[in-house]
Amino acid sequence: MSRIEVLSAGPSVTLQDAGRAGMAAFGLSAGGAMDPLALAEARALLGAAFDGCAIEMGQMGGRFRADADLVIALTGAAMKVTLEGAALSWGQSHPWPAGAVLDIGAATGGAYGYLSVAGTWDVPLRLGAKGTHFQAGIGAPLGAGDVLTVVAAKAEAGLGLPSRDAPPEVIRVIPSVQSHWFGDQGRDWLEGTVFTKTAKASRMGAALAFGGQGVQSDHGLSVTSEIVSLGDIQITGDGTPYVLMREAQTTGGYPRIATVISADLPAFAQMPSGAQVRFRFVTVPEALAARAAQNDWAKGLRAKVRPVVRRLETMHDLLSYSLVSGVVSATDPEGWE
Amino acid sequence: MMTLDPVIYPLGEDGLLVEFAPKLSMQANAAAIACRDDLAALGLEGVVEVGSTLKSAFVRFDPFVLSHDVVEGALRDVLAARDWGAVEAPVARRWRLPSCFDGDFGPQLAEFAGLAGRSPADLVAELAETPLRVLALGFAPGMPYLGELPAHWDVPRQTALTPRVPAGAITAAIRQIVLFAVPSGTGWRQIGQAAWRGFDPDGSGPNLTAGDVLRFDPVGADAFAAHMAAGGGLIPEGAL
Repeated sequence: MSRIEVLSAGPSVTLQDAGRAGMAAFGLSAGGAMDPLALAEARALLGAAFDGCAIEMGQMGGRFRADADLVIALTGAAMKVTLEGAALSWGQSHPWPAGAVLDIGAATGGAYGYLSVAGTWDVPLRLGAKGTHFQAGIGAPLGAGDVLTVVAAKAEAGLGLPSRDAPPEVIRVIPSVQSHWFGDQGRDWLEGTVFTKTAKASRMGAALAFGGQGVQSDHGLSVTSEIVSLGDIQITGDGTPYVLMREAQTTGGYPRIATVISADLPAFAQMPSGAQVRFRFVTVPEALAARAAQNDWAKGLRAKVRPVVRRLETMHDLLSYSLVSGVVSATDPEGWE
Repeated sequence: MMTLDPVIYPLGEDGLLVEFAPKLSMQANAAAIACRDDLAALGLEGVVEVGSTLKSAFVRFDPFVLSHDVVEGALRDVLAARDWGAVEAPVARRWRLPSCFDGDFGPQLAEFAGLAGRSPADLVAELAETPLRVLALGFAPGMPYLGELPAHWDVPRQTALTPRVPAGAITAAIRQIVLFAVPSGTGWRQIGQAAWRGFDPDGSGPNLTAGDVLRFDPVGADAFAAHMAAGGGLIPEGAL
């Protein structure tokens, strides 16, 4: 059993996996990783050594030290990261020697980064999963002094993934159970407005800001609570749209104007605060086609993993490496080939 | 006996919802729970979950195993098989919870009793004699909305928020009880406190679900403390 010590951690650092589907009858949302594609990437890099669970880091990472030689994968939103002071590249697997301090800082390209370890987390299954569901009292955010244990497994370090496709410029939505309460006017407003993702975003949901007039449902605010779907966009009392995310409550009384399709939810989750968001309606068959294509992408990812080759001419972002320390690790990534 | 006109809606990209009435009624709620059980009994391969809310039943499925059309057909068959305005809510399980209404355990009991036109003692006795249906879960995991109480319990929510009620708070309004699973602010008046620790995230004990029947069993502070010390779980009705 290897020990991973948390030396420090940002405010939203939790263990996450695929979550707990099928528990809404008990009032429990599924939870799980905000960017499940990042877990698929970790599985591609670590192969069978990945147990499906990773450390999810919202906006800020943390500092970690292990007491054994491990192999890690860094996926999801890129974050500033060094190993004993030497910069590492995101989107790759790396050796993590015993005693070396892995220092993961702020996200540089998104919102949620993932640290995966080759091996099996020694975390009890609770209601069928290992991940934290803070709203349900399952686990808690990681903080300084916490120690995680893992049964390490062999995996190849120095592997890289191809870049993800650029995120969709317009987030696709389908009608919700209550979309018709907003009429054509509501649909036009949602498709014609440029929203801004605000800093009021968490694993539970994200508030959007916009200019101009908002919309209200013709049912007003005294609505009997109804079941929610992941990705529902509810219009709260002051007209603010709020997208319900993985750890949202299971029922809600605010009317919902649309539902973000599952294939676009990871991209929406990864938008940093301040990002502009636009929506457009698609049909349920279109949403399912996008979901199927994404499933195929995830399945084909392992075959696209390649050893990383060091090539100076492809080091576009040379300045981002910690050259000041005079150390560039041999495992540093420098490009994709 | 009333007429219900169920309406089917798509629920996200992998679900269907059947709403029995636009607003909560005891009959719509009974129909929702009964429909949930009928859907579960179909045993359709590819169904991820079935459940019910205050006035609706829902089914979620793997859309690559089951199509919307197939599930909607099955749902229409279920709906055609019963007179939903006359069904009784199936009782899933019966529970009791030791509860205290004395002093600080029920800070707004006297106020609520005044609004209901009863003495606090009569109100507590009436609550203890009324098995309440879990109408739905909501707000937080495992947190039930319970009903329905006699007409004089039809007291509106207070306009001001109580900043914080504890987990286990028994709060009343509009002929219903909300039993808090987590500490929270609320507009419902706290009339007592159940010796209950809320949602059990380990699943080692039972968790409440719609259709369960729950009765509050008035006890003194000592018995309250003893049940909390023993874990604060739901007690099957009839067990000691």
